[in-house]
Amino acid sequence: MNTTSDAVNVTLPPPVPATPVASHSSVALMASSPQIDPPDRFALRDGSESHKGEGGAPLLKVEGLSKYYGTRMGCADVSFSLWPGEVLAVVGESGSGKTTLLNCLSTNLEPSFGRALYRMRDEEFRNLYELSEAERRFLMRTDWGFVHQNPADGLRMTVSAGANVGERLMAVGDRHYGRIRATALDWLGRVEIAADRIDDEPRSFSGGMRQRLQIARNLVTSPRLVFMDEPTGGLDVSVQARLLDLLRSLVSELGLAAVVVTHDLAVARLLSHRMMVMKDGRVIEAGLTDRVLDDPREPYTQLLVSSILQV
Amino acid sequence: MSPTPTYNFAYLDEQTKRMIRRAILKAIAIPGYQAPFASREMPMPYGWGTGGVQITASIIGPDDVLKVIDQGADDTTNAVSIRAFFAKVANVATTTRTADATIIQTRHRIPERKLAEGQILVYQVPIPEPLRFLEPRETETRKMHALEEYGLMHVKLYEDIAKHGEIATTYAYPVKVEGRYVMDPSPTPKFDNPKMHMSEALQLFGAGREKRIYAVPPYTEVVSLDFEDHPFEIQTFTDPCAMCGAEGVYLDEVVLDDKGGHMYVCSDTDHCEERRLSGHRGVLSGDPLEAAE
Amino acid sequence: MYVAVKGGEAAIANAHALLADRRRGDRAVPALRIDQIVQQLGLAVDRTMGEGSLYDQELAALAIMQARGDLIEAIFLVRAYRTTLPRFGYSRPIETEKMLIERRISATYKDLPGGQLLGPTFDYTHRLLDPAIAEGGEVAAPVTREADAAHTPRVTDLLAHEGLIEADSGGLRHNDEPKMNDSEREVGDLTREPLQFPLDRDLRLQALARGDEGFLLALGYSTQRGYARSHPFAGEIRIGEVEVELDVPELGFAVSLGRIKVTECQMVNQFKGSAKVPPQFTRGYGLVFGQAERKAMAMALCDRALRARELGEDITAAAQDEEFVISHADNVQATGFVEHLKLPHYVDFQAELGLVRRLRDEFEAAQEPRQEAAE
Repeated sequence: MNTTSDAVNVTLPPPVPATPVASHSSVALMASSPQIDPPDRFALRDGSESHKGEGGAPLLKVEGLSKYYGTRMGCADVSFSLWPGEVLAVVGESGSGKTTLLNCLSTNLEPSFGRALYRMRDEEFRNLYELSEAERRFLMRTDWGFVHQNPADGLRMTVSAGANVGERLMAVGDRHYGRIRATALDWLGRVEIAADRIDDEPRSFSGGMRQRLQIARNLVTSPRLVFMDEPTGGLDVSVQARLLDLLRSLVSELGLAAVVVTHDLAVARLLSHRMMVMKDGRVIEAGLTDRVLDDPREPYTQLLVSSILQV
Repeated sequence: MSPTPTYNFAYLDEQTKRMIRRAILKAIAIPGYQAPFASREMPMPYGWGTGGVQITASIIGPDDVLKVIDQGADDTTNAVSIRAFFAKVANVATTTRTADATIIQTRHRIPERKLAEGQILVYQVPIPEPLRFLEPRETETRKMHALEEYGLMHVKLYEDIAKHGEIATTYAYPVKVEGRYVMDPSPTPKFDNPKMHMSEALQLFGAGREKRIYAVPPYTEVVSLDFEDHPFEIQTFTDPCAMCGAEGVYLDEVVLDDKGGHMYVCSDTDHCEERRLSGHRGVLSGDPLEAAE
Repeated sequence: MYVAVKGGEAAIANAHALLADRRRGDRAVPALRIDQIVQQLGLAVDRTMGEGSLYDQELAALAIMQARGDLIEAIFLVRAYRTTLPRFGYSRPIETEKMLIERRISATYKDLPGGQLLGPTFDYTHRLLDPAIAEGGEVAAPVTREADAAHTPRVTDLLAHEGLIEADSGGLRHNDEPKMNDSEREVGDLTREPLQFPLDRDLRLQALARGDEGFLLALGYSTQRGYARSHPFAGEIRIGEVEVELDVPELGFAVSLGRIKVTECQMVNQFKGSAKVPPQFTRGYGLVFGQAERKAMAMALCDRALRARELGEDITAAAQDEEFVISHADNVQATGFVEHLKLPHYVDFQAELGLVRRLRDEFEAAQEPRQEAAE
């Protein structure tokens, strides 16, 4: 098991009692799945902090989410809350249901049971599965991002990098070519893509570059919530490390909340504040990332953690 | 064998006309919106103006005066053919003079002469969907119009500027109607786009094969899509019409020999003729009577 | 001095006269007669009726003659004529189980009630050109038999009896919801309403029935070569005459309008089961006017492929892509648009010419420091 001196140095301030809204959601409905309510603030491994939002209301409250395919279970009874600026990792092996969960949360799939309450920009909580098509699509274009495992799925491959980044801006009414281009250039810089590639098509980019372009494309409208599906999957190890660094700094800089699906515990360790471990469609353990990885309680989690290759 | 057919006034039966008029009214009520209609097989092939012909057939009456142009000319073969069709099945008066027409059916041009209240311009449209070449699926484009999701359209314009330094669309240039629907003005050169804006005439667009009708009512705002820092511009020609000297009109290039010799003449043949009759001359016109032969 | 081109009207008139001349051909050769075409080019007549969507053999024969043998042109003529016809009602659905059968085969059984009846098929002919046909001699009378509709049950009904095949026009939905009772459903009419995707099966079948034989044949072929596979078996093909009946409210009973010949093909396809329903074979259906077996079979293969969404299959191939198949199946629309390229497009071409010239000028100017003279 991995104990580090860093873990010892983490100081957790005494927990602040949760606000009525949070306690209602966390206590009332989740008998079947393990879940803890995070304190208002806690420090991460690298010293950065995650915050609950103003007034402490979560950004997303998921209650009893389940997806069945006929008699086959995709995921069942998933409940959790997500606060602004907080990154939640959903970890599991193939078939654990984590991708199904992500697709339900991002409304790409309709769940069989349960609901997901999202706090809109006007502070109203809406059940995502009751949104109209128009509302859903607007949300996906402005307030959310979705980073696909295969960047080609999240990019327009036959359109230039600049247009890929600028598209969301144009979709919400930006009409100044120079400004759109300048914003795109700025973002390419932030994701470390050379400026002279702005007019090149992603077809000519390496896997790592495409993924960084996908990230820029998603973040250009300052979304509050980003879904990521194995964001470093299929990339070379050194490229992965660089990408994770980038993601971490962007997430903290922009105060993004994120749900990151990964089978790679190192990704969870580096990116997330909290994590959920899934097996056979259910959440079997959840908690602060450092706690779960340093002190796994469930046998399956212990198995996962101990299976990490030490290089 | 079945009896020889007889045809209703203007070919279409009254039920069909009623159906088409309902679609036209719906289109007028929602400027720029593509109203589906149950397009009929017509005696000319799909793609050769059946949409325009069905609209004209549904609105034409015995007192109408019909002008039909293709590429701006009354005498191109398809215009001749369509005009003859209506002369036969509706027995209406026809004309080549824009000023005298009540209904003008057109392919690919808007007349140079400003249209007046009471005139109807019927456009022949091959592909009504402005997003079609960006998104081939009808199910998707329908949603995009319903949700006013036109980002993809501007992506295309952005790409043009990034690639060519300017927007590379020269005809069928997309427009926004009444600030809501993005519309394809039919394959008229972008030169003609400004004429659609706040026109006194009613503009009807018919796509027979694709089964859509759309409309721009009189005095409607029609704005060509562009960027603030790359505003919409129409084509310009360096020389005036060689026959009548007109400037600021759309010109056809005519090849004179195989050594690259060419000249430019008015695409709108009626406009050119009118100018020549009132004495205007270009560099290559001869005696006015000879030229009008 | 330039003289503007005129005379389009005269050119058209001359072209039509020339066409009429070529249509007639050598005046010394006897002219074709409608009855000759109906009798001796029956399959061309059948195709024209099928894709023209109008059952009238003489009219179809006239169209073929007027079109100089170009069947798509003939189909266009029939369609244009059909548009003008007043519609005074809908017949009862034809009952193919009561067909007066001329041909009936099944690949799924060696023998079955009603037997295997080859009928007037090309299937086992040897494709050797036979000059004797052109010499016109006596053609012997063939063997005949009494039609026996009562003892020729449909193969799909035999399978359905054991529950082995999905219900007729029923079908599994991927989330196992039952389909609306068919007697409650209104059947669409694609000649009366514009198509809106996604389509229901009734409108798809209508589009396929009048769709181009070559296009559907190619798509059906593709499903057999791996572009979406459905393991088809020819459950039954039957060709013969059926009664067309019209309900007359004033009389209180149905009146027979006569008989038409149709070809029906039932394909038996890949079985499918679900949580609530045990595995069953699935159907593909083809129905066309006249004797048009190739078309009916292709139609059935395409029908099955297009049911992918309904049956919860992955859509991977062109034949399963409803928008693609149905938008491009109508050859009258297709030929209209392809051939419209012959119409003048010089105004738009002029616009493109202008742009290309300008871009080329800019390109040259960028290559060399000195200014190019403007055109």
